[in-house]
This record gives sequence, C-alpha cells and structure tokens, in this order.
Amino acid sequence: MTAPTHDTVKADEAEADAAADVAKKHVEGRSLGRIAWARLKRDKLALAGGVTVAVLILVAVFAPVLTALIGQDPNEYHQDLIDPLFGTPTGSFGGMSADHLLGVEPVNGRDVLARIIYGARVSLLVGFLSALVAVVLGTVLGILAGYFGGWLDALISRVMDMLLAFPQLLFIISLIAVVPNSMLGLEGTGVRLFVMVLVIGFFGWPYIGRIVRGQTLSLREREYVEAARSLGAGKRYILFKELLPNLIAPITVYTTLMIPTNILTEAALSFLGAGVKPPTASWGQMLNTAVRYYDQDPMFMLVPGIAIFVTVLAFNLFGDGVRDALDPKGTR
Amino acid sequence: MTNPEGADAAEPAADSTADSAAQEDAVASEANAESAAAVTMTSEDAAPGEILLRVTDLKKHFPVTKGVLKRQVAAVKAVDGLDFDVRAGETLGVVGESGCGKSTMGRLITRLLEPTHGTIEFEGRDISHLGTAGMRPLRRDVQMIFQDPYSSLNPRHPVGAIVSAPFKLQGVRPEGGVKKEVQRLLEVVGLNPEHYNRYPHEFSGGQRQRIGIARALALKPKLVVADEPVSALDVSIQAQVVNLLDDLQGELGLTYVIIAHDLSVIRHVSDRIAVMYLGKLVELTDRQSLYDGAMHPYSKALLSAVPVPDPRGKAQRGEDRILLQGDVPSPLNPPSGCRFHTRCWKATRVCKNEEPPLLQLRTGHQVACHHPENHEDQRPEDTELLSVAEKTADELDSERSAIEQRDREAVGKP
Repeated sequence: MTAPTHDTVKADEAEADAAADVAKKHVEGRSLGRIAWARLKRDKLALAGGVTVAVLILVAVFAPVLTALIGQDPNEYHQDLIDPLFGTPTGSFGGMSADHLLGVEPVNGRDVLARIIYGARVSLLVGFLSALVAVVLGTVLGILAGYFGGWLDALISRVMDMLLAFPQLLFIISLIAVVPNSMLGLEGTGVRLFVMVLVIGFFGWPYIGRIVRGQTLSLREREYVEAARSLGAGKRYILFKELLPNLIAPITVYTTLMIPTNILTEAALSFLGAGVKPPTASWGQMLNTAVRYYDQDPMFMLVPGIAIFVTVLAFNLFGDGVRDALDPKGTR
Repeated sequence: MTNPEGADAAEPAADSTADSAAQEDAVASEANAESAAAVTMTSEDAAPGEILLRVTDLKKHFPVTKGVLKRQVAAVKAVDGLDFDVRAGETLGVVGESGCGKSTMGRLITRLLEPTHGTIEFEGRDISHLGTAGMRPLRRDVQMIFQDPYSSLNPRHPVGAIVSAPFKLQGVRPEGGVKKEVQRLLEVVGLNPEHYNRYPHEFSGGQRQRIGIARALALKPKLVVADEPVSALDVSIQAQVVNLLDDLQGELGLTYVIIAHDLSVIRHVSDRIAVMYLGKLVELTDRQSLYDGAMHPYSKALLSAVPVPDPRGKAQRGEDRILLQGDVPSPLNPPSGCRFHTRCWKATRVCKNEEPPLLQLRTGHQVACHHPENHEDQRPEDTELLSVAEKTADELDSERSAIEQRDREAVGKP
C-alpha cells in the first residue's frame, strides 16, 4: 500500500515515542486473579468470613497449644463439677467458671471449650479433605466428559446422575456399620475419618463435575482453543494450558461453598453416631449428647450449635464473596 | 498487493486517539523501510506466482445423526466441491453470504477440520488427511487469524504468553530469546512492546486483533488464512487492521486467504476474489474483472448491494440495486441444478436440471453459470424463464426438508 508522506510520519513518530514513555510507567498487567483479589478486599462481609475461616483453621492446627494455654484437656473428667443426682453440671450456665470458660459436659464433666477446639479439627479435616477428593474427581471427570464428549460423556454423565440420586446419608451410615475397626494401618477414629472423607468426597464430585463439564463444553468452542490447535497443540496442552486456567474460577467458588456442606454432613453423621468414635471430640457428637440434657443444661446444646453455625456461615460468606469477585457478570 | 485506494483508507482520521494513529503511521513507515530486505529474505521459498496451495474437489459434509447408534440420516453440505489455487504472494478474497461455507473452507485448508472428500495440497504435498502430529511441522507455514478478537485470546494468559505460544508449541528458539522476539512482534503489529505482561481484557478490540495477528505471524508462515479478520471491529479500526495486513504482506512476503462478507474490505485487499454460494464457488477471478464485469448473477447481486456514497447518482447511471428474494436455501438439501436458481432472475429450465460447471470463460475468469452476465450465453437455446411459483416451490422444498429434518431430530432426542 502507499505510505503516508514522510514529514507527517516523523511528527507522528515523535508523538508515538511520547506515548510510549507515558505507557512505560504502568506496564504491569493486572491478571484476572489479581483483579478478583482487589474486588474481594472491598467486600467487608466476605473478608469477615475469610478472617473467621482463617482463625478456625489456626485453632484446629494449634489445638494442643490452645488447650495447654487454657490449662484444660479435652478428655479429662471433672466429676466434682457434676451434680451426682441429675448428672448435670453444678453452677449456672452449664458450669461456666474461670477455669471452664464454656462450662463442662454433663455426666463426666469434660471441659467444653477444649472439646470445641478439638472438634474443629475433625470438622475442618473432613470438610477440606472430602472437598479435595470431590474437586479432584469432579474436575478430571468433568473436563474429560466435556472435552471428549461422545460415549465417554454419556457414561460420566449417567454416573453423575446416579450418584446425585443416591441416598448418601443412609449409605454412609450402613457403610460405617460394616467397616472394620482397623484397616490400612488406621484404627478407630482414623478409620472413621478416612471412610467419611472418601465417601463424602465421592458423593460430592458430581456437583463439581457437572459445573466443570458444562464450562468445558462452552470453552472448547472458543476460538483460542482453535488457535492453539492451529499452532499444533496437542490435547494435553489444550486441556491443561488453555481450558484448565479458565476453570479455576468456578472450581474455586464451588469448593468454598462445598466445604461447609461437608462440615454439616460430618456433624450430621457424628450426631447419628456414624462419625468419629468417642472419646474423640466432635461437634455433632456433642450435640447428640446435648439432646438428652436439653431441658436441664441448654447451654451445652448451644455451644456446639453455635460453633457449627458460625463455621458454616463464615465459609458461605467467604464463598459468596469469592464468587462475586471472580464473576463480575462477565467471564471475560 | 497493489492498492490504488490505499491512500484514502490509510488516513487514520476516523480514529479518535492521536496515540494509536501515531503508532499506526510509525509502523507503516517501518514496514516500508524493511520491506526490501524482507523480500530478498523470503525469495528462497516459493517464488511469487507459483502455486502454494491447491484445492481439488474439496467437500465437507457434517453428518446429522440420530438415535443411540448414531445412524447418519442426513448431512449438512457446508462445502460441496471446491477447486481453486492460491499462488504465492497473492491475496485471495473469499466472499459470500452467511452460511455459505466460507469459514468451513478456511478451517479445512488450515486443517482444523478433516475434509470429507477431495485433496488439499500445500507446496505440492497432500495434507488433506494428516493427523495432529503429521500437521505439526506444517503449522509453521500455515497460520490463521480469527474472527472474534474477544474469543480468540485466552483471557487467563498474558499477551506475552499468547504471542510466545507458537515458539513453545513448535519448539522454536528465536534469535535473541523468546521475550525479545515477542516484543519485536508486538512492535511490528503496532503495539507497545512494554505491554508484554498485560492481559487481553486490558486491550481494545482492534488491539486484540493485532495480538492475534502477531501470534499468527510469529513463526513466519507462508500462508495466512484470515477468517473475517475485521468483521468484529469498528469501521475506523477495520481500516487500520486491513492496512496492517497489507503492510505485513509486503514486509514478510505473505500469501493471504481472506474470508469476509464485506465486499469493500475484500475489494481493498484482494488480488483475486472467489465468490461462494451454498458451499460452491460460483465465480473466481481477479479483482478488477469482478468489479468491472461480474459474470455470475449472484456476484452481480452482491456487488450491487455495496453501499455507495451517492445512491442517486448510481440510480441515474441505471445500476439499480438488485434485491434477491428469499433466504439462502438449506445446505441440508440444496436445490437441484444450479444452487442459485431459486433466487436468480435469469433462471431457466436448464438451471433447475443441470448443474453448471465452473468454466474459464475468459482468461483468469472462472464462472459457474448457464446464462452469465457480460458474456455470451452458454445455453442460448434455453430461453423460457422459470416462473416465480416454480422457484418458490423449489426453495420451499429445500426449506421443508430441512425443517422436517429438524423435527425428526427433536423427536429423536430425549
């Protein structure tokens, strides 16, 4: 084509240089992740949830240190604080005192605060690990179903439908009944935890699998996938380098919303006696005990109830915040 | 490519920001300065005028399947028998209505799709059925520019990663390192090389398309297929991008196949133009003879639809706009004979019964028509025009079977 005349070019080049100088001051690009983080920081409710979650994680990790600090052991009996006639704690509000900040358990008088702290370990462990199992299974199977389609998609989709229709709580309760007391080098509570993580995770993956499959279906038609193919990219490159980075956002959102559900499932299982074995402390189990004393010692029911409530609420608020931050009504 | 109207199109006046206009011109001058060196560099490849790509009887039928056993009940004949050559150094423009198979054709010659029938030869080598691995080395030579700049760049990758992907995927180590080469490419397409770390969402549509162009040019390809490269852009930006493509062709000795539905774009960039209708070529000729004397009635109708600065003047010259009746018939069941006969004002009995072959009626001017315009009639004996009723019936026929097909499918699906 014909070039513009030379003197205009020179003038324009000077302008271009000036423009380049201005541009040099802010050249660092903002990735979508960084934009989401900036957005999340502005969401006060989500931040509160996030801080609560972080505190809970610290509490669970440093449970032995914390209980040592308050000078209580979760499994130490304090029968002297129990009314021998009714089996309930002496003193008001479930036996609250300077030694036992949240009171003691009915019957054997174990310190409630120490048990709540240790209970957080079980709840978060099961919540996180089962979510991890679900995310790994759901992402791999969902992406395969979505990308390859055909019979593989039909198979995986039908399995997902089946699992979603399965009465999982009943299944886990009956499964726990037949699981031996020791397996794979684990014993007692260890076995129960292992089984809970696996089974809750296994029944959870279709939720993530469906999301990932749907997203993959739409993403694989994008032109950048074709562009990668036109450069000679193989299937693995397209799946991991082109598609997976775009799936991180929905997966993160569903993971943060799945953890509280799993925590609730664990609490329900423990409540029903299918969770961890006594004397290991767990919130659901404490609630179970509390049900028998709800009229004499309502405090004991309130404390684990609030613990579960606060944990689930914190995760949900944080999860909602993450979703809003990652999905500002546009996935571009 | 030669370009008589280049000067006015190159005016960046329509573009509002002085910044990008300045960049544009800087690129233009650079391109011209380097073009001499670039030409000598690429001359060891196929010499200009030699056939780079040859397509023979190319077909792509998308099967329509039904039931669990995936029984094929019909086929969408997106591309149904194409023959053409692309010569080194030229620009072949491909035009046609939506759904006529242009994009499918582009994806076939870049081998993003597997042809159903026919051969594609690149530099004399048959590439029509090469697999992913077999195509990989050839991907360096054949590249593609995509239509939608918002969908053709991965939003999670910074620009540097996008433009360096070709090097990574092809295992090429450019001189001076990948980063330096990527920054050079960004500069070539008129972007600030400092924007290496930015993400696609931080750029405008036109800038994104430039990124796509930089990616396509990274490996110094011989053939670039551009699928509607400017249709998603503002008119003012269209001119910039088209001129950029123009400059790069001179600089790098590229061969283009540019697919577009916008005739003014095609006219601006093409050396030769192929007109497609319903999966077939109806006319293939150089730009001048198409715009001066289109022979196929469809080409004529398309050309008459181009907006002109002064419509009254055109009407006075007796070049009234030709309004085609109806829609493009369904490629599921294209009309018999000449596919255009249901909408053609010159259609006769023979058009309905006999498919016109693509014949060279003048030097370098191929047309598939029984009764071409601006040329002697191929079938002068057949003068009785088809009635409107008959044409409508044929069109409905094609349409009806397509609808029935859709209904059958809808019932078949759970």
